[in-house]
Amino acid sequence: MQLPDAEQLLANLIAQVRDDLASSTAIVGIHTGGVWLAERLHQDLGLSLPLGTLDVSFYRDDFGQIGLHPQIRPSDIPFKVEGSHIILVDDVLYTGRTIRAAINELFDYGRPASIRLAALVDRGDRELPIAAQYVGKVLDLPSDKMLALEKNVEGKLSLSLYDRRRDNE
Amino acid sequence: MTDVGIMSNNPQLNKNGLLQHLLTTEGLPAPILLNILDTAESFVGVTERDVKKVPLLRGKSIFNLFFEPSTRTRTTFEIAAKRLSADVVNLNIAVSSQSKGETLLDTVDNLSAMHADMFVVRHSQSGAAHLIARHMRPEIHVINAGDGRHAHPTQALLDVFTIRRYKSDFRNLRVAIVGDILHSRVARSQIHALTTLGVPEVRVIAPKTLLPTKVERLGVHVYHEMTQGLKDVDVLMMLRLQNERMLSARLPSTEEYFKYYGLTQEKLALAKHDAIVLHPGPMNRGVEIDSAVADGKQSVILPQVTFGIAVRMAVMSILAGN
Repeated sequence: MQLPDAEQLLANLIAQVRDDLASSTAIVGIHTGGVWLAERLHQDLGLSLPLGTLDVSFYRDDFGQIGLHPQIRPSDIPFKVEGSHIILVDDVLYTGRTIRAAINELFDYGRPASIRLAALVDRGDRELPIAAQYVGKVLDLPSDKMLALEKNVEGKLSLSLYDRRRDNE
Repeated sequence: MTDVGIMSNNPQLNKNGLLQHLLTTEGLPAPILLNILDTAESFVGVTERDVKKVPLLRGKSIFNLFFEPSTRTRTTFEIAAKRLSADVVNLNIAVSSQSKGETLLDTVDNLSAMHADMFVVRHSQSGAAHLIARHMRPEIHVINAGDGRHAHPTQALLDVFTIRRYKSDFRNLRVAIVGDILHSRVARSQIHALTTLGVPEVRVIAPKTLLPTKVERLGVHVYHEMTQGLKDVDVLMMLRLQNERMLSARLPSTEEYFKYYGLTQEKLALAKHDAIVLHPGPMNRGVEIDSAVADGKQSVILPQVTFGIAVRMAVMSILAGN
């Protein structure tokens, strides 16, 4: 299956987000792929508020099934969440469970004025009432496949398709 | 109560090699120790937020079983559990069922019948936490919060976490543990953690009467004098002089002890200029440490307390997930 060029999708996403910026807009990336995208968005859009990152491991709903993720990175929200307009960034929007966890975590930092969602790829099959306001591309993929964003040594982003291991996503 | 003795096998890992209980740092592989330290890094951020709480252990019941008095350690475990959204029950058993004659295992059986998910155990008998862990159903986790002279793994983990925060790489450090090694479960757990994490030189500094026999077997270098032992050291881990464990007169007086082994600015100057000073608390000022050092700029004693919460949150959440 021919996958789209991630760099092109990112350019598309940046163009959509650019139209909606306000002075209090903040970008927050979800580890790991979402952080790579958020770094690029943050840089290209020249935002004044510093970039935030989230590792949602402490808020996941599958802790009871699979336990704690073995490699957790600290979340870092270096701006005042109270009253800010946050654009949450993730690589692949699928069940919506990661986004639910991310929203819950953000609210433990304060009450944002709004949260919108930017996703490089929306592959459908949502299990929660969650939608992205900015989407690079909608892709229809078989449920036994896992779509992953990757970054090479030069920092170039690309998409790859893998056979799903049960404990992923 | 019966003498429980230390188990020779190590029942801390489940059949998949994951941490089931935390009973001692002895025999724990480095990747498990590092995973606890890395996870604790993420919890440090949580404890600095407005809402110092994550929903990870919502609905879980954690019982703090303290058969030996302790305010500080029990409180840090309680705070850690509450910041993970668990329900915590504190039991000060020294003054309840034990005095009515109930055995240790009857006590924990009763509590597990109340659907406990985790026990945090402190006991004056070495091996008490092991005994409870072996007795429990596999879905129940046990954390040793100090057993006799044997082990105090979460204290050792928060100590190495603090060291890593200030000194980054374990593999080029010279660490001195100073004081009452003989009675100290903290020292034993520290030595195992430090050597597993690759610290090339761990020293113990103490008078002969406060050292266990054959302490060299743990892989440490033994010194009896501060002037030699503190030379070029990166980290000083002071121990509390355990008055309550001093069954026989092993020291002429605490004044005499302070003269030779109390950490003063003068003695600290023998170590590297950027050496850090740790103490597990509670401190005996003017006995094992001088106030000028305890409150000085090389002291990391209060950061230890702060990091202790994050490290205990990491241990509890890793255990509960395995």
